Amino acid sequence: MTDAKKKTYIRVTATYLVLVLFCLIALYPVSQILTVSLRPADRLMSTSLEIIPKDATLRNYTALFTERPFGLWLMNSTFVAFVVTLTGVALASTAGYAFSRFSFVGKKLGLLSLLVTQMFPATMLLLPMYIMLVKLHLINSYLGIMIMYSATALPFCVWQMKGYYDTIPTSLEEAGRIDGCNRFQTFYKIILPLASPALVITALFSFMSAWTEYVVAAQILQDTRMWTLPIGLKSFESNMGSEWGLYGAASMIVTIPVVVLFLSLSKWLVSGLTLGSVKG
Amino acid sequence: MTNQRLKTKAFVFFFVAPAFLVLIGVVFYPFIFNIIISLSNMSLSHIRDWHFVGFRQYVKVFTEESKPNFYDVFLKTIIWTVVNLIFHVVIGVFLALLLNQKEIRGKAIFRTILVLPWAVPQLIVALTWRGMFNYEYGSINLMLTQWFGLPAVQWLKSPVETFIAVIITNVWLGFPFMMIIALGALQSIPHELYEAADMDGASWFHKLKNITIPLIRPVMVPAITLGTIWTFNNLNIVWLVSNAGEPSDQTHLLVSFVYKAAFNFYRYGYGAALSMVIFFILLVFSLTFMRRTKATEGAY
Repeated sequence: MTDAKKKTYIRVTATYLVLVLFCLIALYPVSQILTVSLRPADRLMSTSLEIIPKDATLRNYTALFTERPFGLWLMNSTFVAFVVTLTGVALASTAGYAFSRFSFVGKKLGLLSLLVTQMFPATMLLLPMYIMLVKLHLINSYLGIMIMYSATALPFCVWQMKGYYDTIPTSLEEAGRIDGCNRFQTFYKIILPLASPALVITALFSFMSAWTEYVVAAQILQDTRMWTLPIGLKSFESNMGSEWGLYGAASMIVTIPVVVLFLSLSKWLVSGLTLGSVKG
Repeated sequence: MTNQRLKTKAFVFFFVAPAFLVLIGVVFYPFIFNIIISLSNMSLSHIRDWHFVGFRQYVKVFTEESKPNFYDVFLKTIIWTVVNLIFHVVIGVFLALLLNQKEIRGKAIFRTILVLPWAVPQLIVALTWRGMFNYEYGSINLMLTQWFGLPAVQWLKSPVETFIAVIITNVWLGFPFMMIIALGALQSIPHELYEAADMDGASWFHKLKNITIPLIRPVMVPAITLGTIWTFNNLNIVWLVSNAGEPSDQTHLLVSFVYKAAFNFYRYGYGAALSMVIFFILLVFSLTFMRRTKATEGAY
């Protein structure tokens, strides 16, 4: 008996040690961003390994807003991400529902084509999209990239929503129908609230795809005043050395909302992402 | 009755159509357009007066004498994908197993911290690691020299070291996804199975092999398929950590190779053809992998 207890004790202690080690590995690069953002401009190149530098300053953060159009980029990004999130949720929640509940011509083909889109290399769509947007005069406009971002996470989100709806018993809709709700009302009032874990994941992924995207935005938004946060961020990094501190501060401001969102939703992440596939 | 059926049809149409309209505009139409470009001689000097050249661009993809050529980059992409996936799945499942033990306290805190690499935007992950790999001021070399007394490594100067640096970055950001998926799968395994196995005196290894792995497999296989495609196609990390393929274009995956051809050298026709080749590679892989493992069976 004591032998078994000893074994458990050793196992649990070893588990904690390994978990803490991995937590440190997960945290360290993030702490690096903080370190860089707090360094004064004359000490950007430093060979110290302290997380909080000795002469820490918030100067980089104030400089972003007073000396750079960072506030403007923040507003641009917020606007784009907000529209994309709403569009993504609306499109994925409805399409996923139809795929889950009804059989119709082209259903299998539709689902399969969603899967195939995941295999397109990003560059394959970027080049024709770029040429199309030039022809439609949508360079330096948000309309083009907002539609594009809405589509980025869409196939994955539709699959994910469908998988989640599949776990909700159809008897709920039948009950709703008997109570006199029409199809849209049963969807909107009964099923949608039950699918909120999956909706949250869809919203999160749509938001992330817009908030953090750099490669497409860099080709399409060429006017500095139109820039979104990632382009601004990269421009600080390119002048490495001289603007490394600004880069750190900007990174913190871009990262914090995403991390807060992500972590506060991480409880839902497990159920939202896997419930569908467990059943599938 | 027919009225009912018509209503259902209209309902389905209005629910599916918006999503597919967007996808047709943004994904399927550009896809067709890309095929057309890949069969043309379109480039910066032939942006308006382009014409069809048949499969000449495809022939170029496979035969062009360049350094690196298609086969070098393809091989590198395969190594990249396999190494990343092995680390993602092994670390992810391992951490999920650790977290899933009933004696462990503070699971939510551990999970929250371990998910962090996934939460940080890839652009920032890439640029931050690039800074960490800096020879003189990067914290990795500082740790190696100050803590372990090892010589500093020229991370971003030679091809092999750069490739290792890029893989380390991507392993770091990719394991949380697999961990979360595995955690969800593990939580759905009924505890009685393990109790029954304990009663039969099964060893830890036997339980892993005969209960855990078979039961998380149906969830892990689609995740691994998706992970493979995403990793194969990941442009951000390679492009940003190696700063567009440095040193001297030695650090490329197929996707970054296309990006460079299309947007730095304006070889649109060639880039489009190479994109098609990448797509076919992934299509063939996914179809065989999913047929072998019967991953999506029952998902329709």
